[in-house]
Amino acid sequence: MGSNMAEQHPVGFQWVIEAKERGARVIHVDPRFSRTSAMADLHVPIRAGTDIAFLGGIVNYIFEHDAVFEDYVRNYTNAPVIISREFQDVEDSSGFFSGWDPDNSAYFIDSWGYNKAGGEATAGKHEQLADVSGEQAHGAHGMKLKGGQPPDVDATMQDEYCVLQLVRRHFARYTPQVVADICGCKPEHVETVARALCQNSGRERTSAVVYAVGWTHHTVGVQNIRAASIVQMLLGNIGRPGGGILALRGHANIQGSTDIPTLYNILPGYIPMPHPQRHPSLDKFVELNGPDTGAWGDLRPYIVSLLKAWWGDAATEDNEFCFQYLPRINGDHSHYAMMLKMLDGGVRGMLCVGQNPAVGSANSRLIRLALAKLDWLVVRDFAPNETALFWKDSPEHETGEARAQDIQTEVFFLPAAAHTEKDGSFTNTQRLLQWHHKACEPPGDSRSDLHWIYHLGRAIREKLAGSEDPKDRPVLDLTWDYPLQGPHQEPDAEHILQEISGRKADGSFLDSYDDLKADGSTSCGSWIHCGVYKDGVNQAARKKPHSQQNWIAHEWGWAWPKDTRMIYNRASADPEGRPWSERKRYVWWDAEQEQWESLGDSPDFPPTKAPDYRPSGRDKKMEAIAGDKPFILHPDGRAWLYVPTGLVDGPLPSHYEPQESPFKNPLYAQQSNPTRQVFHRPENPYHPVDGELGAEVFPFVLTTYRLTEHHTAGGMSRTVPYLAELQPEFFCEVSPALAAERGLEHGGWATIVTARAAVEARVLVTERIKPLVVQGRTAHVVGAPYHWGGVGIVTGDSANDLLPLALDNNVHISEYKVATCDIKPGRRPRGRARLELVEEYRRRAGVKT
Amino acid sequence: MSRVGFFTDTSVCIGCKACEVACKEWNQIPMSMHGFSGKSYDNTLDLGANTWRHVAFIEQKLPLDARADGASLVDVAQASTAASNGHGMLDTYQEGDGLRWLMASDVCKHCTDAACLEVCPTGALFRTEFGTVVVQEDVCNGCGYCVPACPFGVLDQREDDGRVWKCTLCYDRLKDDKEPACAQACPTNSIQFGELDVLHERAEHRLAALREAGQSDAQLYLADSDDGIHGAGAFFLLLDEPEVYGLPPDPVDTRHHLGEIWAAAGTAAVALGAGLLAAAFGGRRG
Repeated sequence: MGSNMAEQHPVGFQWVIEAKERGARVIHVDPRFSRTSAMADLHVPIRAGTDIAFLGGIVNYIFEHDAVFEDYVRNYTNAPVIISREFQDVEDSSGFFSGWDPDNSAYFIDSWGYNKAGGEATAGKHEQLADVSGEQAHGAHGMKLKGGQPPDVDATMQDEYCVLQLVRRHFARYTPQVVADICGCKPEHVETVARALCQNSGRERTSAVVYAVGWTHHTVGVQNIRAASIVQMLLGNIGRPGGGILALRGHANIQGSTDIPTLYNILPGYIPMPHPQRHPSLDKFVELNGPDTGAWGDLRPYIVSLLKAWWGDAATEDNEFCFQYLPRINGDHSHYAMMLKMLDGGVRGMLCVGQNPAVGSANSRLIRLALAKLDWLVVRDFAPNETALFWKDSPEHETGEARAQDIQTEVFFLPAAAHTEKDGSFTNTQRLLQWHHKACEPPGDSRSDLHWIYHLGRAIREKLAGSEDPKDRPVLDLTWDYPLQGPHQEPDAEHILQEISGRKADGSFLDSYDDLKADGSTSCGSWIHCGVYKDGVNQAARKKPHSQQNWIAHEWGWAWPKDTRMIYNRASADPEGRPWSERKRYVWWDAEQEQWESLGDSPDFPPTKAPDYRPSGRDKKMEAIAGDKPFILHPDGRAWLYVPTGLVDGPLPSHYEPQESPFKNPLYAQQSNPTRQVFHRPENPYHPVDGELGAEVFPFVLTTYRLTEHHTAGGMSRTVPYLAELQPEFFCEVSPALAAERGLEHGGWATIVTARAAVEARVLVTERIKPLVVQGRTAHVVGAPYHWGGVGIVTGDSANDLLPLALDNNVHISEYKVATCDIKPGRRPRGRARLELVEEYRRRAGVKT
Repeated sequence: MSRVGFFTDTSVCIGCKACEVACKEWNQIPMSMHGFSGKSYDNTLDLGANTWRHVAFIEQKLPLDARADGASLVDVAQASTAASNGHGMLDTYQEGDGLRWLMASDVCKHCTDAACLEVCPTGALFRTEFGTVVVQEDVCNGCGYCVPACPFGVLDQREDDGRVWKCTLCYDRLKDDKEPACAQACPTNSIQFGELDVLHERAEHRLAALREAGQSDAQLYLADSDDGIHGAGAFFLLLDEPEVYGLPPDPVDTRHHLGEIWAAAGTAAVALGAGLLAAAFGGRRG
């Protein structure tokens, strides 16, 4: 679900095909019949933006049919934990959880916590605002919990306020019929899929869930994935071979650039970025950001070793290891927040690397208007793209809104090297790092990103050399000493991998993050990657063929953490440490040797901690995790069916309609996710939704997506002849019924209109787009791949111009997958008339701008 | 050296077109820009001088109940378009909600009886030591005789230079003991390269498995050495009749009828001559 794997990850899809040949059943639940659906045993079409309802139907089925894997759920999840009796579910209060604060559009979360544990977030905060610096704003690390023990537990899981019963009640209304009415599928679809999952789970079998941006690109993105987690936890499908929830990450290294982040709000290894006021000292930072039980209890050695990697000898006990050198953030500087600030003149310059926001971002017209407010812009890519050329070639130039002579932005274009022209690693969905070696030198002036960043830093340091100004110290004290090689003075990428992997004081390499010290005697650029250069060997470059090792392939590449191929794999054994079944044997406790054994993976658990180990109640860090609690990154070692802290929009997933929807939320008075992030401003108008005046002006569901033949915003494919010819023009996909209703001609042109933009596309009428009946009405869908723009061998209008900015406030990702629109036959008007068409639609719909 | 070739198993083709791109990249074939075709996701349209691998996309909406009974395409076409019942449609292989999207990568067949090769006056077309059929670009003079000789319409002259270009089964790679670029790029092993005998055996097993899984229309195409071209070096497993994929159902070596054609032409010439004589003499008489 939420993934078009055959089209977007065709190389990985070979394993799905192979599994299918060996008897696996492949089910694709997706609004569109794609190349993935064509290969599946079963395709279930659902309305875009209704995944939680469908998954909720599966959860309900699991309870109704007594399919909960009880031994797993009782011991490994927080199902028996009793929640504060103040907690109120959305089911009881018209779509809001308890604690709603309408003034801030946020929740006070005191009533969400474990009973008798206090409900506040780690930092002592009571309101789960989406401010993003430190204090668990990222949500992953969990609350402080004395001794790692939930204080109030009902092992029978019968208490009305224990998690299992809360989950059961929460999803009780998601009956097959209710789900069918929301999703537009048939009730038996829900039952067929749920039955297949239940039959294929348990001691002897496991099922896997695969998703991608089809789940994340929603105002309920995080909760889509949460809903799948609940299904997989109830069925016991996490930490066991053949199970899991697999996030297919972007091409080709989105996982790697999250782990060692290009994100603004975290440091390497998911350590939060410090806040200027709340983290005056390293001590305070560690106190407020780590739960003191579980693997995060060792936050101090992780961050001290990071500071040592960055500032070397300058980082000492006396100066808090240069903690004060770290940049601070005090607000939301995510992509769209930044672009809006830019639009308001608050950003002077931008370095844009490997991204083409003038085509790829939602409401890309707004993005282009923002770029024009910059003093300077640097774009690094293979060839000048729409972002680099926005100043002279954009839809706004065509309509007369923009003129090159009026745009003051100075644009620098720097040609970038391809992955074949540099050393480095890719990280895949399994957290597996695979090293790639340079095949040839980059042509002409093209250089790697590493080359550019290193030499930029070197030039800045040379400029600052000799400065007495304290604000220059963080730059001057950096360990910026990488060996250079080759004709272009390329920094040695392996040397950087060594810094990431970490060293002891004597310069020898570290084995794992267990060896990291808080006293400054170790350095490590990313604690989760500690050991990737173990024994002085680039472990990520290991390429022992599968024919020479077993199926775990432990000697191919390297996976974080500690070369663990399957995370939380302690859960593959029962609470006593025995395999759940012979068929699913993976990691088990060897009582004679008194250690964990495995088929060939690294056990993701302290190697000699016995299954019957129990913490004292006063223990901290890993000592607080019992021998039968596999989820060691959580303060209680349990997987969370119910999330007491960390999410802005509630501890359980609930169905909300997308920001723009032709239908009312049939479950609650609250139409959409109440915490979603919206921006009411003239450049970003929203459509009325069902029941509001003017909603009928935009009657159809619009969904944007990608094709195998192109790469995202087209910068790497519209410029390549052999790819450009495969999908040469922007087209939209509509059903025969919608084509008949709107007079659209197959092979002809159509104009798609929203309150943001009007674009033209060729028309592909296809049975693969299926109108669905929802609440007794037909939901028509307009499908629009978003790859095209004004530059390249093949050009066309950009589908993402049509979308509004409406974000999931947990992660600030926009709802690309669903909006509303109108469609009419023929090409769009040219020049000013194009603006007038959009204006006319806004007027008719009563959209205020 | 034993004869090598392709077995293209269309039942696992995901339509990624990696074969088209890898082929063009390796063989440095010019771009063939046709624009938006409206033919499902196929915009390269056909095999030609500039397209040596081509992926066809066929969208079918068929009443599945009829097909499950083993009815022929004609029966199906004549049947009503009544919607299939709920459960039946859920359990069909590679089909959802009555919809089927077939994808298949086509290529030069490297026929056993290759007419193109026989009609080539310059010897530019020849059979290699691997049993494949290759055009030598430095010998081809662009006469185009081979173009109508091909029963599959594979041979094609490049517009700007007039010469004929087609799949070489990566002759240069074979000589280096490497598999053809398309087969190497194919992620799902839909395109398999190897010794023909081995491939035939594998194909038979695969066909049996698919038939057992209820794919009653699954069939091998060009795997029979008794057919009109005596089998091919590139054969296919199809999920429907060849016509559905735009392939000739019963291809015949165009030279097979040459004798009959010459005989007929001879008879006609004799008859014509007799007629002319008769006319001439008859005229004199008149």
